[in-house]
Parts: sequence; structure tokens; C-alpha cells
Amino acid sequence: MNKKDIIICRCEDISLADIHKCLEDGYTTFEELKRILRVGMGPCQGQTCSILIRREIANYFDKKVEDVVVHKTRPLIAGVKLKDIADQADE
Amino acid sequence: MNKVDAVIIGAGISGLATAYFLAKKGMTDIIVIDKSFITSGSTGRCGAGVRQQWGTKSNCILAKKSIEFFETAQEVLEYEKDLEFKQEGYLILSTSKEEDKEFAKNVKLQKSIGIPSRRCTIEEALEIVPHLNPKSFTSATFCNTDGHINPFLMSEAFYLAGKKLGVKYCFYEEVKDIIVIDNEICGVLTDKQKIQTKIVVNAAGGFAKEVGDMAGIDIPVYSENHEILVTEPTRKIQGPMVMSFSKNIYCQQVPHGSFLMGRSNPEAKPSHDISSSWKFLDHMSKTVCDILPEVGKLRVIRTWGGSYNVSPDHQPIISNHEELKGYYMACGYSGHGFMFAPITGELISQMILKEELEDYAKELNIKRFKDNRITDFEKSVV
Repeated sequence: MNKKDIIICRCEDISLADIHKCLEDGYTTFEELKRILRVGMGPCQGQTCSILIRREIANYFDKKVEDVVVHKTRPLIAGVKLKDIADQADE
Repeated sequence: MNKVDAVIIGAGISGLATAYFLAKKGMTDIIVIDKSFITSGSTGRCGAGVRQQWGTKSNCILAKKSIEFFETAQEVLEYEKDLEFKQEGYLILSTSKEEDKEFAKNVKLQKSIGIPSRRCTIEEALEIVPHLNPKSFTSATFCNTDGHINPFLMSEAFYLAGKKLGVKYCFYEEVKDIIVIDNEICGVLTDKQKIQTKIVVNAAGGFAKEVGDMAGIDIPVYSENHEILVTEPTRKIQGPMVMSFSKNIYCQQVPHGSFLMGRSNPEAKPSHDISSSWKFLDHMSKTVCDILPEVGKLRVIRTWGGSYNVSPDHQPIISNHEELKGYYMACGYSGHGFMFAPITGELISQMILKEELEDYAKELNIKRFKDNRITDFEKSVV
């Protein structure tokens, strides 16, 4: 299957080819890929792509997956409407 | 031992732009060092807005010249990806007579140097952003050439253009010390090597003070956490950035479709903290629902924090140091280093190459803080 047709990040439509291009360009970590491609920053916050991308990084640099640093996680765990937060805010 | 013409500390937008301009002007051996990777600090955490509506003359000029560069950056830097540059304006809301008076003064200043800003009534503002709550403000100012550019890609564009010109980059390498002999820069010591150089540029963003200390220079800046949130992407509903200093908000829909918004925390203490807090989420949600109720229907998907490197007058320090030959600094942007990057690179390269500086640039020298001298204070900051 063509690498361009294999979707790794569903939130941002990033393909396996995009990931490989970034690694070939010299980027080495999930955090770097995240900034260039937006992977891990969409509505799922990396819950789909994180392990797939770490595996690609591991393969590319001939490392173990567990040695590839997990990207920084930030709140929120799931999307919440701003209005719902505002309505129940303290003060 | 490695011997180079200049060492730039920090691979954020200021360092990358400085390296590019120096190389473009013919300097050959330039190294950019970062303890992490490009845009890993404040640049990669910023709000991505670029504006020219400022309250001090220096900031207005810096902003105008930077926007002029952004307008041509895609071609000049021969960058292949889309920089996501858009000029759909900044609409700045006023909420009181005093603020309106201040804005009238600002617009006069901006116009005097050729920035196309103007004052707007509530009705005129609603024509620009129809979903504004008309009860949340009393008047506004608008500049249609302000806008947005992608900070990651803009940085990458400078990085790749510098690379083509021969700039060397050392990532995941930390500067540990700056070697000074007889008030002159002699070298830089990292955790991996010793480099001989007569020129050091401090473009360390949130860590500018520490990189000043390494050379024995006291830079009057500190870092402060500013939080941001982003929503899920949606169809285009808002062109301009909407901003209010008195309500403490900036909010823009980026070309990608998501809304980015931030506010400052009046209780933030100087520190390198960049964590996220529930209080920010509460206050931000309430403020945006008041001003832009339509945006309140969107889901927040992520929050984050980044450092403002704050100077005493909220204007940057783009400067040499008269008591330390070879030391240059670009810091203290007070939250606006990304949007001033092109002119930062230009000015630092002019200083290093001994080109004649324009008068406004001389006022950005660090010596303005000597003897508690009164400087022009920038109030237009969120």
C-alpha cells in the first residue's frame, strides 16, 4: 500500500509518508513532529497516533519503542464546550 | 577547538532569524545552539498573532518592519510549505472612556509612521466581526494588515534558509558557560564542546536572564507563565484577531480552523513554570463567552503555557553591551518576540556588522534602564 494512503493521524490527516518525510528531514522526536505536522494536537490528543508514530521513530532510528519519549500531554482529556465550562466556573 | 565567527544561543525565532540575516550578509561561521530543538521554548508556545497596533513608537516601528518582512517571507526564504500567513486584521476593543482616549492616542501614533489603523464605533466593529457581543465594549480600533503566521513553520523557514547559507545548528546541546576575558567574549562552553568565538548572541527567550548571568551581565528581565487554549477546528467564522486589554483576552481563528485564545494571570509570579491551570480555563471561558458568545459553542481540546520574558517597560532589549565587547542580546519581548523576529534578526545583524542603526533602534539598548531612567512604557499588552 502506498505510504501516502496510510493515515497515521486521523485528526490532522497525516500520512505515513508525511511522518517519514519529517524523519528524513532530520527531525528526531515526537515533539518535533508535533510542531511541524500538528500530530498529537487534534481532538484525540494523540490517543490514536502516539503509539504509531513512536513505533515509526523507533524503527527509523533502530531503537526500542519504549525508549522513544512520549509526547507531552496537556489538559483536557476530552473536548468540552467553552460555554459549559463558563456556566459552571467558580467565583 | 572549534572556532567560529558567532554563537547564537537559542533556536527560537529570534535566534534563527538572527542567524539567517548574519549569514545572508556574508558572515560564514555561525553556530546556533539550543538545549532542545527549534521552537521548543516560547516561540512554539506563542499565540501566533502578528500586530502593529502598539502604544510606543519603538514597538510600532518594530512591528511594521516585521509585517513587511512576513508579507514576502514565503518567497524571500524560498520556503516550500505554506506559512499560513493571513492579514485579516486585529480588532482591539475598548471598554471605557479612558481606554478609548488611550487608543485614540495610539492610533494617531500608528498613523504617523504609516500603520493603517483606525478607530471604530460599535456598529463599525460589528461589521468587521458580526458575532461580537455589542454590550461587551464601547469602541474599538482596527488595523487590516495585522494578522497571523504559523510560528513553527515560520521558524522552520528561517532555519532551512540559514542552513542553505551555511549556518550550523547544534540541537540537544546546552550552553553551560560563556568565557569572558578582559571584558571581551572569548568563547562558549557547552555540555559537548568548547567553542572559540568573539561574538555571542543571547536569544534564549525565557532563559535570557540566566544566559546574561553566564557572562556576568545583569539583564532586568524575568519569565512569567502565560496560558493559552485551542478549540477543535471549525468552518471559518472569524477573520480578525479580537483583543481587549481591559477584559484580558486575545482570540483568533487560525487558518487551520481552530480558535486560539489566551489571557494573562495577574497573580503569576516570576518563574519558569509553564503548566496549565483550571483557573485559566474558568476565566478564559467566561471572558470569551461574554465577548464572543458564538465561540463559546466550540469545544476546548487543549491548553498549554509558555513564558513571557518581561522587561521593565514591556519593550524588547535588542542591544549590545557597552561593558562587554562581543555580547549581544535579543530578549525581554514581554510576549511579542515571535511577531518582532524579522526586525530582530535585521537589527542584531546590523549591530554585529557595525552598520549604522536607525534612531528608534538605539532606544532599545539595555542602557536605557540604567539609573532608573524613565522609558516609554508599553501598555498595550495582554
